[in-house]
Amino acid sequence: MTSATHLVQESKQTSTKVSKSATTHWVGHQQSLVGRTAAYLGLTLCVLLIGLPVYWMISGAFKTPQEIYSVPPTWIPSQPTLASFPKAWNSAPFGRYYINSFIVTLFGSGFEVFFAVTSAYAFAFLRFPGKRYVFLLLLAALMVPVQVTILPNYLTVARFGWINTYQGIIIPGASVAYGTFLLRQYYRTLPTEIMDAARVDGAGHVRTLVSVVTPLAKPAIVSFALLSIVAKWNEFLWPLIVTNTKEMRVLPIGIYWLMVEEGTIDWGVVMAGTIFVVLPVLIVFLYAQRYIVDGIAAGAVKG
Amino acid sequence: MSTGALQSKRVSPAERREWWLFLLLVGPNILLFAIFTYWPLLYNGYLSFVRWDMLAPVKMWVGLDNYRFLFSQPEFQLILFNTFYFTIASVLLTIVLGLLMALLLNQSLRGRNAVRSIVFSPVMLSGAAIGIVWIYIFDPRYGLIDALLGFIGLNSPNWLLDGAWAMPAVIIVHVWKTIGYAVVIYLAGLQAIPRELYEAVVVDGGGAWSRFRAVTLPGLSPVVFFLVLTTVLTSFQSFDIIKVMTNGGPVNATTTLVFYLYEEGFVAFNAGRAGVASVLLFGLMFAFTLVQMRYEDRSVHYA
Repeated sequence: MTSATHLVQESKQTSTKVSKSATTHWVGHQQSLVGRTAAYLGLTLCVLLIGLPVYWMISGAFKTPQEIYSVPPTWIPSQPTLASFPKAWNSAPFGRYYINSFIVTLFGSGFEVFFAVTSAYAFAFLRFPGKRYVFLLLLAALMVPVQVTILPNYLTVARFGWINTYQGIIIPGASVAYGTFLLRQYYRTLPTEIMDAARVDGAGHVRTLVSVVTPLAKPAIVSFALLSIVAKWNEFLWPLIVTNTKEMRVLPIGIYWLMVEEGTIDWGVVMAGTIFVVLPVLIVFLYAQRYIVDGIAAGAVKG
Repeated sequence: MSTGALQSKRVSPAERREWWLFLLLVGPNILLFAIFTYWPLLYNGYLSFVRWDMLAPVKMWVGLDNYRFLFSQPEFQLILFNTFYFTIASVLLTIVLGLLMALLLNQSLRGRNAVRSIVFSPVMLSGAAIGIVWIYIFDPRYGLIDALLGFIGLNSPNWLLDGAWAMPAVIIVHVWKTIGYAVVIYLAGLQAIPRELYEAVVVDGGGAWSRFRAVTLPGLSPVVFFLVLTTVLTSFQSFDIIKVMTNGGPVNATTTLVFYLYEEGFVAFNAGRAGVASVLLFGLMFAFTLVQMRYEDRSVHYA
């Protein structure tokens, strides 16, 4: 681990420590038993509101078809079964969907991260006439949501002969404005002495980018990469439009068609299918939650 | 000519090399934006003035006919109404419930970190998969909501097939899925309020309510403003939940501007009307983003 990332983590730890003592200070000293009970009730309510739907998905996937269609519904599967999972897996080419989602996410996020790391370096450290305006041009792209561009982009992609191909799904979303902005802000907080030292050592810009700036900015890059991966994995509208065969569908499109084709026949199978879609993201989230949340907060509360 | 000569005298070869490197690093990113973001904006404008089924070799210029036609249609007025209904309800619920949750999760309670993770997790999940889970939850006979309403002796409405209940249903799902984002931003804002301010109120003998009124609320106001704008933008763009849960129905009851744009473009193959919808959607988003940028320049200093 480089000393810089270590430093970043250390400062993060102290900051949480400080904030924790701050809250205990002004909440703790006067809170009554009633207040604490109400607070824990509120906490429980939050868990139920947000968690119950997820629980319903999981418990549905483990119920037998008879139990799913019993009135009133049961809370806990009385005879939990795994049978819905192989049924879901066989009712649509989920193996293929996984491969497609994996390819689209890997390359889609790969491009975004690459472009963000390199463009941000250029904007932070290189001279260029009218650089400010080029940066504004890039930021302007933030104002244009994908939804607005789908029709012309469909026509463009069709002209390139890319309908129903990986490049057709990936390339239109490969450029990145948000990540460039985020990383440029982060690069500018890096200690200038380190940059100068690299310069004195005779490192050119490319080497400075690869072996000095990138390792130092690792927390920010990882945050952005995770946000990008999750966004690509979940993307729905564009892959829905640009693919037209089963073989090219990504997971969100696959689960949508599974529901259209057999939604009301067996909810257990459909719930098992939705678990196939969300499980990889949930695992990533469990491991890397801190980076993801930091990335989101950094985008909003910039320095 | 003359300015070029002047520049070449002043610019050192080293700086010239930086220019080239800058172009190399930023160029591909900008080029992709030009093709897949800026060009579509112009092309949408053009399409909004033609009649075209996306197949015929010629596009017929009809001037403002598409605009005139749409604004005279009661159906289109309903779509605009739906867009604002969805947006305003989502924003209000997210802003208020998100604040309540954040205030709760900002206190030193046991297990609050786990609850924070749970509250944030739906943000990461595929909207398509989540929409499908909620169809099951809203099922009037076998669903979770019916089971919950059963406790207090009520029957579930037929959420997704009832014109009056379909919109509330998709709003509930949208808010459920996006509220974790607001909570994260609120928590970051709460952490940034200096605790001396709270101490000052305590010294003056103020209770919990006056701490909230005098310190928390004013301290959070820039965050609230930021969140209102970002949630307006995300609500305008919401597509996957509506597509999966209601497909815009019943009878257009949940057709928003984005959904209409998709339908006209890719189901009805009416490029002109889809063009008008794109132009309107972009106009709305552009106006809101301008407000957001003005605000960000001025008031986000505290991180």
